[in-house]
Amino acid sequence: MLHKKNLKGKFKMYKNFFRYLISAIFLLGFSVNSNADFKVGFVYVGPTGDHGWTFQHHEGRNAVEAAGIKTTFVESVPEGADAERVIRQLAQSGHDLIFTTSFGYMDPTNKVAKDFPNVKFEHATGYKREHSNVSTYSARFYEGRTLLGHIAGKMTKTNTIGYIASFPIPEVIRGINAMTLAAQKVNPNIKTKIVWVFTWYDPGKEAEAAQALIDQGADVIMQHTDSTAPVQTAEKAGVWSFGQASDMQRFAPKSILTSIIDDWAPYYVERAIAARDGTWNQQDTWHGLKEGMVAMGPYNSAMGADLVKEVEQLQKDLASGKVHSFTGPIYDQKGNILVAEGKVADDGMLAGMSVYVKGVEGDIPK
Amino acid sequence: MIKIEKRNDVPMALYFFTPFIAIILTILGGGIIFYILGFNPIEALKFYFITPISNLYGLSELLLKATPLCLIAIGLSFCFKSNNWNIGAEGQLTFGAIVGGGVALLFYNQEGFYILPLVILAGAIGGMFFALIPAILKTYFNTNEILVSLMLVYVSKLLLDYLVVGPWSNPEGFNFPETRQFSDSSRMPLLFEGLRIHAGIFLALGAVMLSWFILYKTYLGFQIKVSGLSLKTAKYAGFKGKTMILVVFMISGACAGLAGVGEITGPIGQLHRMISPDYGFTAIIVAFLGRLNPFGIIFASLVVALTYLGAETAQIFLQIPKYTGQVFQGMILFFLLASDYLLFFKVKILNLKKNELRH
Repeated sequence: MLHKKNLKGKFKMYKNFFRYLISAIFLLGFSVNSNADFKVGFVYVGPTGDHGWTFQHHEGRNAVEAAGIKTTFVESVPEGADAERVIRQLAQSGHDLIFTTSFGYMDPTNKVAKDFPNVKFEHATGYKREHSNVSTYSARFYEGRTLLGHIAGKMTKTNTIGYIASFPIPEVIRGINAMTLAAQKVNPNIKTKIVWVFTWYDPGKEAEAAQALIDQGADVIMQHTDSTAPVQTAEKAGVWSFGQASDMQRFAPKSILTSIIDDWAPYYVERAIAARDGTWNQQDTWHGLKEGMVAMGPYNSAMGADLVKEVEQLQKDLASGKVHSFTGPIYDQKGNILVAEGKVADDGMLAGMSVYVKGVEGDIPK
Repeated sequence: MIKIEKRNDVPMALYFFTPFIAIILTILGGGIIFYILGFNPIEALKFYFITPISNLYGLSELLLKATPLCLIAIGLSFCFKSNNWNIGAEGQLTFGAIVGGGVALLFYNQEGFYILPLVILAGAIGGMFFALIPAILKTYFNTNEILVSLMLVYVSKLLLDYLVVGPWSNPEGFNFPETRQFSDSSRMPLLFEGLRIHAGIFLALGAVMLSWFILYKTYLGFQIKVSGLSLKTAKYAGFKGKTMILVVFMISGACAGLAGVGEITGPIGQLHRMISPDYGFTAIIVAFLGRLNPFGIIFASLVVALTYLGAETAQIFLQIPKYTGQVFQGMILFFLLASDYLLFFKVKILNLKKNELRH
């Protein structure tokens, strides 16, 4: 009897188990939600905690969310074969506007845009807008570099500025040139030394590069890479440095003179609202200090009140257009004139910049 | 006191069944992690393992992702079966992609049916050559193949960096670290309009068939298996150990090179720095999960490919951090090794009296 009862109990247990299993399978199959809400997707190249490039895009996303719009993000998406799938999945899963925030997403973004004409795409730092639903946007970071150059030219004792560069693309070369020109204006003896690290984010390599520059006599360090390693290395070595992409002051409070801050938030909110309200149109946006897409972190009091005042004035003039980062005469390394006296470089020239100006040491890697 | 004893008779059926146990434990473990993170575990697992392959596009992506994993793991199975620890498949993949990509770039402005076979062949030879380095160093200089093959990964990645930034960078590409796009004749033909799955999958299936034939139907396969079981027996039987080491490394390198070429001529279409999200390392998990058996590897590559896709969907729908994908891959390996341990060894808890301990 007892034996039988046990069996019965066991059978009941199995029955219950199968009932749960079947309902679970049922749930799995049919709980695909069909949410018609407006949604914005973000694709990041790095982790949200990089405290640089991706961190700032994530801040922009937070602002969109704060404006009452639903968002989704996918972080650390490699710029290889995986990017297209992630972008496509976002488009497929009901996202109406998708920001792809790294240059390497250019081709995948355009490819997916072709198949989803009703979804809007915004690609950061690219130049391809192959379909009417693709916009591109970037910031005039070089305006910030002009301010950095002015400060560096005044602060250096060794007349040597160390620059950690990622890839020899126009964007990076523009920054090097803008900084060097501004530094030369306040200190004609300035030299810019460059170490190419060929990465956007590699704390180890960036720290090594910073140390190498310091060893070569640079007493001001700046970088066009995303991690906080260069400023931390500078802090340890007791030389000046600048934060890149986000306010990095807390990582090197003594060493950081100021930071160039990428502030994507206003643009993201504006574009998200436009897409939601049906007023979104294709654009190629290049905003700077004027629109606030480039902002400066707090100035270090070690600069002295006079220099801070000077720089703040220059910041205002750059924003108002009174001063342009690339005002002639500008010469290349060989002494050929690039921009004539009294002229300013146009956006076409800036977008394709591929030579160093006079005063930069070394050659652009080929 | 705990005593560990080797089991004498391990049933074959159980040996092939434990990977399934490992997968089930991983799914359960994943559910627990999701629960602790504050997600509904059933819903999270659904987004992880079902949503990614709930449509044709998803299935195509799964096969696309599994193709390089399967190819590399098939190659690795030759090495691992014969006790050669080739950890550098990622480097062989990269070098194969460099050589294959170099050929594709030679023909960047030409079309012709002969181009793709040349590119594929070049990739296989490239991978083979790169795997020969640790093999030769091992056979003739007694170096440790684990270290050499692993370090060569960094060599090949740096070489690729150098090439795409410098001599091979696209002259019209504003110095961005990428080469020209390959011509259509260098691209793997797509199998279906609108899906990314390409003819490279036949390379993987071909490798599976061929490896099954070699391992189970040829003298070479017999040698490989015997050397794996006991090197001394192999020597006693008079097998040429050195030649065999070279051969298994060459097979392994060729497979990894093919995987690399499949990626660049398939979904990518050019050379740049991110041609592989560490397929060469993940394939080690695939090889073991597949029990170094050609058909097991097909299955394992699909499972591991799904963890990549699942991590993406889970982040898109539930904002679960994407790194859970790596956690899942780690868990699979952990549970597999753990269940293997229990499969091969008995754990006995012995009750000892105090005086016995003192003695």
